[in-house]
Amino acid sequence: MTTTFLDPTAELSPEVRQALPRVKSLDGLTVGLLDISKARGNIFIDRIEDLFGQRGVKTLRYKKPTFTRVAPVELNQQIAMECDVVVESLAD
Amino acid sequence: MPDYTIVVKEDCATCRLVVPVIERLAGSLKLRIISQDNPTFPAGMEVVDDQTLESSWRLGIETVPTIIKTENGIEKGRTFGWDRQAWQELTGETFAFDIPDFRPGCGSKTMDPGMPEALSLKFDKGKLKSRQIPITDQEDDIEACFDRDWSDGLPVVPPTPIRVVRMLTGTRREPDEVLGRMPPDYGVCTVEKAAINAVMAGCKPEYLPVVIAAVEAALQDEFCMHGLLATTYFSGPMVLVNGPLGRAIGMNSRGNALGQGNRANATIGRALQLIVRNVGGGKPGGVDRSVFGNPGKYSYCFAEDETNSCWESLSVEKGYSSEQSTVTLFAADGMQGIVDQKSRDPESLSRSYAAGLRVVSHPKMVMAADAFLVVSPEHERVFREAKWSKQKLKDKLHELLLIPGHELIVGAGGIAEGIPEKLKDSTLPKFRDGGLNIVRAGGSAGLFSAIIAGWGASGDMGSVPVTREIQV
Repeated sequence: MTTTFLDPTAELSPEVRQALPRVKSLDGLTVGLLDISKARGNIFIDRIEDLFGQRGVKTLRYKKPTFTRVAPVELNQQIAMECDVVVESLAD
Repeated sequence: MPDYTIVVKEDCATCRLVVPVIERLAGSLKLRIISQDNPTFPAGMEVVDDQTLESSWRLGIETVPTIIKTENGIEKGRTFGWDRQAWQELTGETFAFDIPDFRPGCGSKTMDPGMPEALSLKFDKGKLKSRQIPITDQEDDIEACFDRDWSDGLPVVPPTPIRVVRMLTGTRREPDEVLGRMPPDYGVCTVEKAAINAVMAGCKPEYLPVVIAAVEAALQDEFCMHGLLATTYFSGPMVLVNGPLGRAIGMNSRGNALGQGNRANATIGRALQLIVRNVGGGKPGGVDRSVFGNPGKYSYCFAEDETNSCWESLSVEKGYSSEQSTVTLFAADGMQGIVDQKSRDPESLSRSYAAGLRVVSHPKMVMAADAFLVVSPEHERVFREAKWSKQKLKDKLHELLLIPGHELIVGAGGIAEGIPEKLKDSTLPKFRDGGLNIVRAGGSAGLFSAIIAGWGASGDMGSVPVTREIQV
């Protein structure tokens, strides 16, 4: 059964939570590249890394130990501390 | 011809006792029988099954049996329990049954614990106007509130509709009454929004009138809530409660009054902060630009100890009677203790106070921040025994805190902070006129008092303490 809460706010924002605003520019930002360890994810990430590199954007690579589980907390924390935005390769 | 309605439940001995009367009335009157717990009771009669309790709730039944007389849909009278004479007068019938003349009834099932709120929610659907936010089974209800950014950093009580309905029983005011627009976003704050946030803060319904009065005080222009929220300064709203209601709801004015451990103190101040956050949209990192904040921005609320005080309370000073309950909001920083365990005369103790008060904001700043001096019972005794009124203490502190300009100017004492050089020959008071308030609170053992300094922008330049009467 779905629970219902009453909105404690002045209801100035949409009911459905909004995604964080997209960055307008990558100037000066660090982009994390997260390979979730699915087959051929590394090929996709290699290509993205190459394209960012051509544009002078700093990237850092990360890899989940296995795609079958959520990322370890330590990995999430590391990415959050070291990067401004993340590109994640989800599929094989 | 009038219509009659009788509401019964089989579980009630009085209802069972009057079955012969009901049978008789069914034969002679236009009678509707509503049964709360068993649609075959009374046996052999046509009965409205009210196991949902909707009919009983709509009729406002508190006791069974209740018999109601109506004409053309308009109620002309009702009586409850069994009272032979009252039933005879209402129905125009005579009852010669061999039963006692009087038996009290039983509580209506609509009045079972928790039931009035549940029925109100079920049958009065228009009562609550707030948007309903669905939370899925996969979400933890407390984490869901964090995820939606509704929390001050501590877990909140999830604001389910039933909890909000229960909270609203704490006030006679309508849920859709608008209290005002809460800065910085100027979102409309209704009684219902206050109640939702009071639920989240952990309030009991009986605290809600205090929360509402605190919101009303915060919305007074002279309190300057928008500026107080936006400032880089340390301050946030402090709630001081005076009068009998604070005692009635069990607020702490004594040991640890400014600390943890009392539900009313902890949750009323927190509710105000959650309203600023959720209804006003005022959040740290957003419009709230405080450099440090202070721990009181989670909750900053206590009551004045008015019992056996030798001084009139703050609210009496402000013109209210001691039987009126009020909240006073103050733009407050954290607390600074004053330890004086040796002074036994008011001259000495007031000098200790003055020395402590001198450093509010900065020893060289004057007429900037207001302050509250919270005097403990053991310190108050010194003034009581010397028969010093509160005003006499205020006058003495004013005198002791008249500071020569040459001590305050830029560069004096080797400190660049200070007032303009041209004021070196003036004498200036530490506090603006009316800027120092004194209240009594705290535990009975300890020769301490406390200074609660205020926002550096006081008076017309910023915030002044605002007092509002609490309406139940």
